Amino acid sequence: MISIDIEKNLKAYSGHRTLKVDGKFPMGSITKIYGPSGSGKTTFLKCIAGLITPEKGSIMVNEVLWFEPLSGVNLPTQKRAIGFVFQDYALFPNMTVQQHLEYATKDAAWIQQLLHMGKLETLADHKPIYLSGGQQQRLAILRALAIKPKLLLMDEPFSALDPEMRSALIKELKVLFIELNATVFIVSHNPQELEGLADSELLIL
Amino acid sequence: MADLSPIWLTLKLAGITTLLLLIVGLPVAWWLSKGRSVIKTIIEAIITMPLVLPPSVLGFYLLLAFSPQHGVGKWLADVFDVRFVFSFQGLVLASFIYSMPFMISPIRSALQQLPASLAQASYTLGKSKRETFLKVLLPNIKPSLLTAIVLTFAHTLGEFGVVLMIGGNIPNVTRVASIAVYDSVERMDYAAANTYSLILFSITFILVITVFLVNKYQAKSPLE
Repeated sequence: MISIDIEKNLKAYSGHRTLKVDGKFPMGSITKIYGPSGSGKTTFLKCIAGLITPEKGSIMVNEVLWFEPLSGVNLPTQKRAIGFVFQDYALFPNMTVQQHLEYATKDAAWIQQLLHMGKLETLADHKPIYLSGGQQQRLAILRALAIKPKLLLMDEPFSALDPEMRSALIKELKVLFIELNATVFIVSHNPQELEGLADSELLIL
Repeated sequence: MADLSPIWLTLKLAGITTLLLLIVGLPVAWWLSKGRSVIKTIIEAIITMPLVLPPSVLGFYLLLAFSPQHGVGKWLADVFDVRFVFSFQGLVLASFIYSMPFMISPIRSALQQLPASLAQASYTLGKSKRETFLKVLLPNIKPSLLTAIVLTFAHTLGEFGVVLMIGGNIPNVTRVASIAVYDSVERMDYAAANTYSLILFSITFILVITVFLVNKYQAKSPLE
């Protein structure tokens, strides 16, 4: 079980506002996160990842405390072992597709499996600048999966994919999530996008 | 034929200064690039000072600070037998301080321009800050790194005031090319002055044109 109860002050156009999230999420669940622009969906994911520190609250994953300022606990991002798909992909311009995956894992067979799933085998020696938007987004997803995360945080992961590629990828991801027993949080703007994938929803206002 | 020892001394000084500044400048630039604070602003201002300060002013204060008669200079001479005044190591110290902004500013600026998500993505893959810096951040600021190295080297070649103040004009010890040019003109030996000047001009031009050519396709501006 993942228990999250956090408060984080956000800078907004109209001054300051507070992002408050309080919820429990079963391990292996896939949660769709939605809400208006600027409501703090990305901030919420980054708080879970340890990339942003909330002002108050606690985050507990499988009985392990990740964050609780009162007890002085704030597990570094590196030790949380989470996969993160960034909205801007955050691909490394100096690395090829293959090198991205090798940077994340040494498991050659797993890298091949990922390349096949993302249909990027023929582009393995290409750097991100030579990939289309959709290919870059797929690489960002594959890199996050490369560490076989138990918790996967995805920020608008399918926005640049055409409908055909998106449904094929979602189908494969669904199987993979079960295999990895991964708990997944997906930020999405498109209500139909995650139909059949997400089993719960979280509205952030 | 003019005595070429000032040229070799200049190249040695520029090489050592650039190497030392690269070693010290990289972590300092990285630290400065991350967030803002009053301390960082003050340190940045101090690092930038040589850009606007008359070289003779900096040289004068270095001369006072490292004089073997008192203070730090006396302590260094008494305890370690190290003298920075009128010595080659004094030139290295002065050049290190004087060329610091040329190494640190381009690197800091390039690191600040990289999206924060690059380092964050690396952290989520379990990589340490050091590994992230070496394998993700540094390779992606190569044009700026090259610019910083070449500018530092070229700037050290051309130092005059600060070097003259702390080093004087001792042949084979502190007489670098820029001082040799001045010295030759003083002696009305224009042929020697021309030789030194032409060599300095050529080296600097080749360095700068190389940076422009290498960075032509990699940076928005060759001086990035």
